[in-house]
Amino acid sequence: MKLGDIAHSRAGDKGNISNLSLIPYNELDYLFLKKQITEEKVKSYFNERIKGSVTRYELPHLHAFNFVLEAALYSGVTRSLALDPHGKTLSSIFLMMEIDPEEYRKYRHLSLSKTSDNH
Amino acid sequence: MSKRSIRIGSGAGYSGDLIQPAVQLAEEGTIDYLIFECLAERTIALAQLQKLKDPQLGYDPLLEERIKAVLPICVKKNIKIISNMGAANPIAAVDKIIELAKQLKIKKLKVVAISGDDVINAINDQDYKLIESGDSISVLKNQLVSANAYLGLRPIVEALKLDADIIITGRVADPAIFMAPLFYEFNWDIDNSDLLGKATAMGHLLECAAQVCGGYFNDLDKKQVPNPEAIGFPIAKVTSDGHYTITKVPNSGGIINKATCTEQLLYEIHDPKNYITPDVIADFSSVRFRELASNQVEISGATGANKTGKLKVSLGYKDGYIGEGQMSYGGYQAKERASLALKIIKSKLHHLGLSKYDANYDLIGVNSLSKDQVEESPNEIRIRVALRTKTKEEAITVGQQVEALYTNGPAAGGGASKSVKEIIAVQSILIDENLPTIQLTTKTIES
Repeated sequence: MKLGDIAHSRAGDKGNISNLSLIPYNELDYLFLKKQITEEKVKSYFNERIKGSVTRYELPHLHAFNFVLEAALYSGVTRSLALDPHGKTLSSIFLMMEIDPEEYRKYRHLSLSKTSDNH
Repeated sequence: MSKRSIRIGSGAGYSGDLIQPAVQLAEEGTIDYLIFECLAERTIALAQLQKLKDPQLGYDPLLEERIKAVLPICVKKNIKIISNMGAANPIAAVDKIIELAKQLKIKKLKVVAISGDDVINAINDQDYKLIESGDSISVLKNQLVSANAYLGLRPIVEALKLDADIIITGRVADPAIFMAPLFYEFNWDIDNSDLLGKATAMGHLLECAAQVCGGYFNDLDKKQVPNPEAIGFPIAKVTSDGHYTITKVPNSGGIINKATCTEQLLYEIHDPKNYITPDVIADFSSVRFRELASNQVEISGATGANKTGKLKVSLGYKDGYIGEGQMSYGGYQAKERASLALKIIKSKLHHLGLSKYDANYDLIGVNSLSKDQVEESPNEIRIRVALRTKTKEEAITVGQQVEALYTNGPAAGGGASKSVKEIIAVQSILIDENLPTIQLTTKTIES
């Protein structure tokens, strides 16, 4: 199971910093992503690509996250030798991250039963 | 009496954007303002180089085509135009617009240029620290091409008070060209951080045009976009009591919903609580979107805190060259032959004394975008070699070496291409907001 099965993303660039939004298709999955897609996990997923730190900002009203990746663009669009100097394609590469389907199934089961308890 | 509500159309998301959707906006969008955001981070440095060659140039290369396409409609429908297409030379851009308007037999027009964002002389006598590298600005002194401060919305509001039909700026904060009409039309307090924060969210959603309407969004079954070949550009409907709705021309292609708005709200921002602009520190952390009807989304919840009193200045500087060459391999053992070709080029460039430079050796189709290795040999593959060199001659060599794989390299390489470009790199400094001397220049046609 891939991250892209349950969420979407868009990449932006400013200088040598990339930002990746992460937005679940279903608002219910916000807390699952909050637990699973940590700063450490994103940093190690992109491995040597990101030379700097990863910061995750949470937007609970929008059920979305914004990941800010420092020193991620080979010194930025103006000097980069990369084929995609803006790092535009990083969003869809992000969505290839593996999700544990068992964990996801358990989470969904729990949150759905919680939701029905509330009614 | 001031208006109760206005409609602002976004006519371009970048310098090279499509022109037809802007024409559609002017014709069918029932808009009061048509805004063109056309200035990327380093565009102004390139424009500055052009201006050095010809003092009548240095504005957006598509200005003429855009203005010709929309001006007659805008004059007829009384739509005001605001744009940063002035780039490095807003006054020359305004002269050009007057010339075009005369050709189009327009009888009455007031065009205002806003200049003063160019601070290259003003920053001369002080030392500044570069934000990105932490070095002193003096390390760039001989390479510096341009220094342009991001101005805020105040001069644009001033220009609107002069009753301008068209306002042309150089470097301003992207959202500011969308925000200014609200503060002018509704007579809003220009120091009210909450109003500025809300208006910034609207400007930010609009500044990339189609990107909030299903452009750059389509992911087939996961994110469907109707009629993707005819995506319309966005319109913000804003009321004087601060209600914001994003919509587009009826029957145009594309889609506006919570998902498109959320993607665009977070596009190119870092901390959503602290989005720093010349006018306000906008806070998007409590923004909410509500789908009112098909392709109509209400934004609420943005706010802001007092501006920092500093302006960011983009410094454009010459930083060598990038030389590039590409060649394709297909069919039997394509990946192996492509890998051999890269190895040969690497060795040749080493013997030519170029291995001291940063280089990329890509197998397009395997590892050019991410470092994931594709296990089996793809049916076709393209090699790409790119080097950042000091001189133009060295950069030319890169493409020549790759092209010569035709007769010297592994079997059956095809479709060579090569390029050389001069690097205009960008770094930034912060200056006091009062440093730029802002000037409004008015040109008119009167019947």
